[in-house]
This record gives sequence, C-alpha cells and structure tokens, in this order.
Amino acid sequence: MTRIQYNKSINQTLRQLMKKDDRVFLIGQGITSPWYVGCTTTGLLSEFGSNRVIDTPVSENGITGVAIGAALAGMRPVLLFPRMDFMHYAMDQLINHAGSWHYMFGGQLNVPLTVWTIINRGGEQAAQHSQSLQAMFTHIPGLKVVMPSSAYDAKGLLNSAVEDDGPVIYIDDRWLYESEDDVPEELFNVPIGEGALRRNGKDVTIAATSYMVGEVIKAADSLADEGIETEVIDMRSVKPLDKDILINSVKKTGRFIVVDASWPSSGIGAEVSSIVGNEAFKYLKTPIMRVSLPDSPAPASSSLEGVYYPTSKTIISKIRELVS
Amino acid sequence: MTERTVHLSLNQLQAMYKSMLRIRLFEEKVGDLVRKNEIICPCHLYIGQEAIATGVCAALRTDDYVFSTHRSHGHYIAKGCNLDALMAELYGKVTGCSKGRGGSMHLSFPEMGFIGSSAIVAGSIPLAVGAALSFSIRKTDNVSVAFFGDGATNEGVWYESLNFAALKKLPIVFVCENNLYSTHVHISDHLADTDIRKKAEIFRIPGIQVDGNDVTEVFKVAKKAVDTARQGEGPTLIECMTYRWRGHVGPNDDLNTGLRSKEELAFWKEKGPIKRLEKKLLDNNFLSKSEMLSIRSEIEKEVDESLKFAKNSPFPQEESLLDYVFKVS
Repeated sequence: MTRIQYNKSINQTLRQLMKKDDRVFLIGQGITSPWYVGCTTTGLLSEFGSNRVIDTPVSENGITGVAIGAALAGMRPVLLFPRMDFMHYAMDQLINHAGSWHYMFGGQLNVPLTVWTIINRGGEQAAQHSQSLQAMFTHIPGLKVVMPSSAYDAKGLLNSAVEDDGPVIYIDDRWLYESEDDVPEELFNVPIGEGALRRNGKDVTIAATSYMVGEVIKAADSLADEGIETEVIDMRSVKPLDKDILINSVKKTGRFIVVDASWPSSGIGAEVSSIVGNEAFKYLKTPIMRVSLPDSPAPASSSLEGVYYPTSKTIISKIRELVS
Repeated sequence: MTERTVHLSLNQLQAMYKSMLRIRLFEEKVGDLVRKNEIICPCHLYIGQEAIATGVCAALRTDDYVFSTHRSHGHYIAKGCNLDALMAELYGKVTGCSKGRGGSMHLSFPEMGFIGSSAIVAGSIPLAVGAALSFSIRKTDNVSVAFFGDGATNEGVWYESLNFAALKKLPIVFVCENNLYSTHVHISDHLADTDIRKKAEIFRIPGIQVDGNDVTEVFKVAKKAVDTARQGEGPTLIECMTYRWRGHVGPNDDLNTGLRSKEELAFWKEKGPIKRLEKKLLDNNFLSKSEMLSIRSEIEKEVDESLKFAKNSPFPQEESLLDYVFKVS
C-alpha cells in the first residue's frame, strides 16, 4: 500500500493496464492535454506512443463509434470524455450500439469498452460543463455504471471496467482528484456491482455515490457527537446495484436516505428509493429521503453554486429531519 | 473479350453471378413471405442493388470485416454467410444468425467477417472505422468495409468517420450505395450537392463513382480500393449508382403511392444488374442458357431449404428473454 492521490492512482492504473495487455489503448479528445484530465494521462503518450494514446478530433459520436468498432475487433479501448456534458453527442453510439450490440446479435459479439468520463462541476463552469449524467446511463440496458469515491476504488474499478467483456461507464468526480488513499501498488479488482460499508451506525442508513460519500461521512461524524449513529454505504456501482447491502442495512436502522449529486427526476435516488421501498418496506420507520441537485441546470455564479451543490450541511439537516 | 474482363477469371464471374442470383431469389422469396405475413419483422429488400454487395465482397478476404445497414441481406449473403441462419432470423427463430434477437435489420456472422448491421442510419460507419483502427494498431493487413446509403451522407457521423479514417490513413473502404432515395425522399430533396463522390475531396481521399449495376465495374473499383487500404495507403470512398426496385421497406414497389414513376422503375429495371451480367456471360460464351437455368434451380433449392430450416426451427425459449443483456464472462 502506498499513500497516493486519486489522479495519480488513475495514471498508475492506466500505465499498468497498458503494459499488461496490448489490447488496451486510450482514445478521446484531450487525452494528451494535461489540464483537461487532471494529470491522469501524464507520461503515457511518451511511454506508449500515439498509436495507443490517441488524441482525437472533436467528433464525440464518431470517435465513440470508432472505440466500439475497435472493441468489436478485439481491442479493449478506454474512451475518454473529459467533461460528461460532451457525451450527449455520443448518445447514439453509446445506447444504440454499445449497449445493444451483444444482445442484438444473440451474444455472438461483445463490446469490451471502458468509457471514462469526468464530472467537472464547480468553478463557475455553468450548465454545459458541470453535468452528472449517471442516471441517464443506468437507464440503458447493457451498460454498467461505476462511480468510485476514493483513489483505492478508482484503481480497482477502472481495472474491473477494462477487464469487463461489456461496455462500462466509469465516472470520476473531478473534486476527488486531489484526495488521497492507501492503494496497493499492483493491479487489483473492485468487483462491479458490490457496494461497500464505510461506517457502522444504528439510527439511519445513507447510501451515497462518488464524492458525496465523503460529505456523508463528514455529516455522520459531526452528528455522532449528538448521539446520532449513521451507517454509510458507498454504492460504488450504480448499475448493477448492490441491493443486498442496502436492504440489510435498512433492516438494522429502519431509516434511509440516498445521496447522489445529480438531478432528482427519474434519478439514482428515485431508483434506489424504489428498491428500498419495495424490498425493505416493513423495516422502514420513516419515509425514504433523498439528497440531490435541484432540478435545474448548473449556474455559473459562485454564490448560486454554493446553494446548488449539496454538502455535508445539506445531509446533516436531512438526517435531523428524519431522526428527530 | 474486353480489357477489364481479362482480370476476372471465369470462376470469379460465375461465383459473382451465383451470389447476385442468390440475393435476388432469396429477396423475392422474402418479399412473398412478407406479403403472406409469414415474416413479420420489417424487411428492407436489396433487389436491384445486388451487384454492389457482390462486387465489393468479391474483393475481400473472409477475415476482412463488413459492417452493414438496415438493408443488410445482400451484404450478408455476398460475404458468404449462412442462408439457413438468415431465413431463420427473419422468422425470429433461435437458430437464426442473431438467435432471434435481431431480425432482418440486425444480422451478424462473425466467422465470415460480418460484424453486424445497424438500423440507425450511418450508425455502423464509425464502427467500421474502429475495426480499421484496430487493424492499424495491431499492424495486421485486414480491411474493413462500411456499406451505407445516400441518406447516410446527411448524418454528421458520416463526416466524422471519414475525417478520422482519412486523418489516420486507416484500412477502410466506404461504400455508398446511391439508390436515389432516402426512405421516401428523392436525393435531390435531401442533399444540397448530390455529387457524393466529390465529398471525398474534402478529406483528401480518393472518391470514385461507379455504375453500381455493373458487377465487374464494382469489383474492379473495389479491388483497387481494398488493395490500397491493405497496403496502408488509406481509405477510399466509392459511390455506387444504383436503384432499389422495391419500396424503402417491404415488398411493394411504391408505384401506387406516387413516390416514383412507372417509367423511372422501368428504366432502372432495364439497367438491372443481373440482366446485364447474364448478357455478358452469354455474349462471351462464359455460360450457356441451360447452365444459367441449372444454376438458378440450384439456388432456388437452397432458398427452399433455408425456408424449410427456418420453419422447422424452434422459437427462442421464453426463459431466455434476458440472455445476452450482459456478457457472462
């Protein structure tokens, strides 16, 4: 184990994956641009060459199709979207092609594609450079969606995504890039579809994704002083979802909040709430609650961003509402 | 004997004739079966365009890749894929080439290099470019082919794909089958400049227009493009001028809808690809009338066999509905 920053963990993982497996290559707009991808690709171009580290024209749909085609031909591309917002251009290829190809041809062909994308919120970047679109992708059959919350999970999930025989949407929150964690030097797997218990508690269960896991832990720590014990689950995979870990926790606490920093309508919170409501109804003492973004595009001004993005404070007030 | 036929052996010409006739007779049978409601899935028939799939695929090796469209039967047959599995797929049977999950618009046969067909217009073009990129990264000498129609050249992804393939000099051939109609819309109503071939110039790749109803011409142009790609000299755009005899989808000829005139259809039928090859074969004494008839009856038998196979095959089990959503490793 080495103490390492999240972005450096990604850099190390990509280097190791490309060394280990010559089917792995990186492709995407901005892949060789240091400021675009938070130093995650530093040094890879000089080490592996432009044949395997391919910066592309700004042609999101076309390049996504190219990555899918290469995957169909036996490669294991890692396709980068430096801002999640740019993925809208690629929806046809991701949904109609990547998500469907294995099913549509009766299992004869598969798309071992990793789509690596970054939520780049904050910094007054406004509506078209700040989006968190995980829910849209969980809606699509055939796509898996993972969201690490630490440098450790980033490495384990990225490795699992690349080793997966189907398309996986791997989502980073840019706010995690400077966080540190103890990470094994060698490659390892965090299995896709397994959540993780981050904190034990008896009063309320909170399931969270990505950066919000840290905010939830902050909230839980501060409420522990008041005698409220919060159980924290890091979902890690939003599709497939680890239902068991959620339901088992709710059995114990009887209260449930889901925290995901994306839009509420038909979102991750809605899906998770429905599962918990259906499968753990008899254990619930209070209604299920969710913490999300407001149902609005992201603003630019810092003063508005301050109220737009939920924080540990938002979560504390939700917990108090529920436990009081 | 003309100069160009010198490059084609008698065997090659006969094989092309068989391939074109196999497509024609299969499609005519499918049209009848659609009329009788025997086949339910939407079928976009290839009748009239047989020379293009045949001429292009004759220039390919088995391990070269083909990516196709909603009008995919002709490409599938010309690439040498199994006829029984095709008919079974149209019947939604588990023995179909896509195990009853794809239907007419989603055919695949990986062992013959047929990597699938997309029913999203232009959708499979970047996939073909991606396969070519993988050949280029791995330094193999395979070639990838993207088939698409004139309508696909309206899609942004067409430009994106040609630009990237040209930029990286990838081993791919873009084959546009210009049949003059994008669904029900005539080309003059959907392209500001209908000269598709010329658009290759903006990507600095060769653009060649060819009589898509002359299989020997298509083969000659395709062979050169495939060889160029295989030698690492980059992509070619081939625009094949042709005409589909039936409507956009289904067996009808659209004459009663006012979408096109009787005269227009008659003009193109006169220029039909099979009729022209038959004349060439007869004029050059490559095949006699009776040899042609025996080839025809052989293929009719193949088509009948495929129908028997399809009808006798089981449907997919209901419990298998969710198979293949995710690949089980």
